[in-house]
Amino acid sequence: MLYKSASTGDRVKIHEYQAKQILRRFGVDVPRGDVAFSPKEAATIASHLGGRSVVKAQVHAGGRGKAGGVKVAADADQAEGLARQMIGMTLVTPQTGPQGKKVRRLLIEETLAIARETYLGITLDRGRALPVVMACAQGGVEIEEVARRDPAAIRIEPVDPLPGFLPFQARGLAYHLGLKGEEVARAVRLMLALVQAYEATDASLVEINPLVVTAEGGLVALDAKMTFDDNALFRHPESRDLRDPDEEDPLEVEASAHALNYIKLSGNVGCMVNGAGLAMATMDIIKLQGGEPANFLDVGGGATSERVAQALRILLADPNVKAVLINIFGGILRLDVLARGLVEAASRVKLRVPMVARLDGTNVEEGRRILREAGLDVTLADGMLDAARKVVALAARR
Amino acid sequence: MSVLVDAGSRVVVQGITGREGTFHARQCREYGTKVVAGVTPGRGGTDHDGVPVFDTVREAVERQGSDVSLIFVPPAAAADAILEAAAAGILLAICITEGIPTADMVKVKAAIGRGTTRLVGPNCPGVISPGKCKVGIMPGSIHKPGPVGVVSRSGTLTYEAVAQLTRRGLGQSTCIGIGGDPIIGTSFVDALRLFRDDPETRAVVMIGEIGGDAEEAAAQVARQELKVPVVAFVAGQTAPPGRRMGHAGAIIAGGHGTAAEKMAALQAAGVQVLRSPAEIGEAVQRVLG
Repeated sequence: MLYKSASTGDRVKIHEYQAKQILRRFGVDVPRGDVAFSPKEAATIASHLGGRSVVKAQVHAGGRGKAGGVKVAADADQAEGLARQMIGMTLVTPQTGPQGKKVRRLLIEETLAIARETYLGITLDRGRALPVVMACAQGGVEIEEVARRDPAAIRIEPVDPLPGFLPFQARGLAYHLGLKGEEVARAVRLMLALVQAYEATDASLVEINPLVVTAEGGLVALDAKMTFDDNALFRHPESRDLRDPDEEDPLEVEASAHALNYIKLSGNVGCMVNGAGLAMATMDIIKLQGGEPANFLDVGGGATSERVAQALRILLADPNVKAVLINIFGGILRLDVLARGLVEAASRVKLRVPMVARLDGTNVEEGRRILREAGLDVTLADGMLDAARKVVALAARR
Repeated sequence: MSVLVDAGSRVVVQGITGREGTFHARQCREYGTKVVAGVTPGRGGTDHDGVPVFDTVREAVERQGSDVSLIFVPPAAAADAILEAAAAGILLAICITEGIPTADMVKVKAAIGRGTTRLVGPNCPGVISPGKCKVGIMPGSIHKPGPVGVVSRSGTLTYEAVAQLTRRGLGQSTCIGIGGDPIIGTSFVDALRLFRDDPETRAVVMIGEIGGDAEEAAAQVARQELKVPVVAFVAGQTAPPGRRMGHAGAIIAGGHGTAAEKMAALQAAGVQVLRSPAEIGEAVQRVLG
């Protein structure tokens, strides 16, 4: 069931033009073109390309074409005009959510005479514990949709680390794509390059959709998407530089700078929890009690008072938050340490909403005593269920 | 009885001289675990807290008879540490390290599959057989010996479940933290089969998460192979698609890997599926009668 992972979601994402630059370096053919940050730059690039060009909005989301983010210009003047319309516009696609994404960068590319569109991708298949190359003769369409409708249309070859990805596997995929003659050898070279790019950059996804067969029989990556494994960023400083902070939620960017795992959601109950599983379970029980979590926040096992303070500040920076639930199961993290951290945090952060704390584990009595004696607006709860009930009631009252 | 580790396990701690290694090796010993060796390259011949330290895992095996390894090596060197343990003939390697690159784990998994070493983790709290042996970072005090097997992708949520069991007087045979990464050594299926073959495990608690389809695979095994009741909770019922919830493995991708799908598969397999994480202890009490 590998197509499940075809969209890997929240890894390090980059723009289409950056993915194409990387793929070109590994020997994959991409259309000639460049990135533009202004209408003037768009015009210059278009005239270098001979005038006729494609103007593509660069946001971290798919479905741009249907949303009006991809347009053809007949000449450089038109490219400039289109760029003027697109830069600053908010693009709403099925992948951006209703709030959309603001366009700040454009890719200006040559147009191609396209004979056929196909699909090629690489991602991790968790079941096999191996990366897999996926090929589909229908390109330019939603691949998950194809997978649902007609799973046999997608052919898969695993990339075993021992022999590596082999030419016979690539040939099999090329025939599946319906390629013939010279095209097959070209496709084999391209797929080997693609696997190399995936491995060399510690990517979690490389997707070419569509991979086009041109009227002259060439194979060109018309669109490209790459995401990277953030656990491997330590050996790829160059990938870190490709991040576009404009594409990320500012609170999430700040949280990650403090090594906090924070994801903003739309509810009104702020959550601070240690451990990802317990944090998800806490969100679940809030919802079961009729509330809506405002965020996911894992302060981690080794939370210091400094980190607790930062976490609280980030939580409360979300104006939707009406009450906060602190759910800590202290194992290694002692609850007296956590309580002191909270008290210290409260002296630095304005606590504008009531808090409910559920503390369990090592040194819990000491922790509860510290919180009571500090005189904070904290309701102590007995267990997860009691905590969820109390915090949902408090949030509803405000 | 118990699975994976017991009072006879002889543990080597890889990365014993680091901050985490030092702290947790001490905690494991205080629990009663036989920590017979430590490994830190360059520190061989010294002793650390009274534990002899070796340069290589092979020496720890040859000189101290280590058969279980507990790994605290940082992410960039963790794959090497796991494979060193395997090459030295360690039977069970438990890797706590969080943040190992996926590409490294692809190689580890492929290499481990050719040998006899079992890997638990990475990015997990470890394994405990209460009253006998603790090889991990879980707080020993919340556990109690007894008939319930626990297997989980999560850390603190497992502690939550265990505390609920212990509070009701329900002890545990073994608790296995399999880890939150996309590629792990021991799966739910493997853990369920271990419990299947343990005559003293009379019920199993399984704690899943969004992402992947390991819970669906486990559902098959629960239905076809397990004679004891299984109680399950899947965290992330309210998680939005496309967002990675802390654990590298916890993500709903392309509309798949949702809690709803997993819960339905488990329910269809006759597993007692809970909507609330607060009901775990109560549910186990009910199925044990």
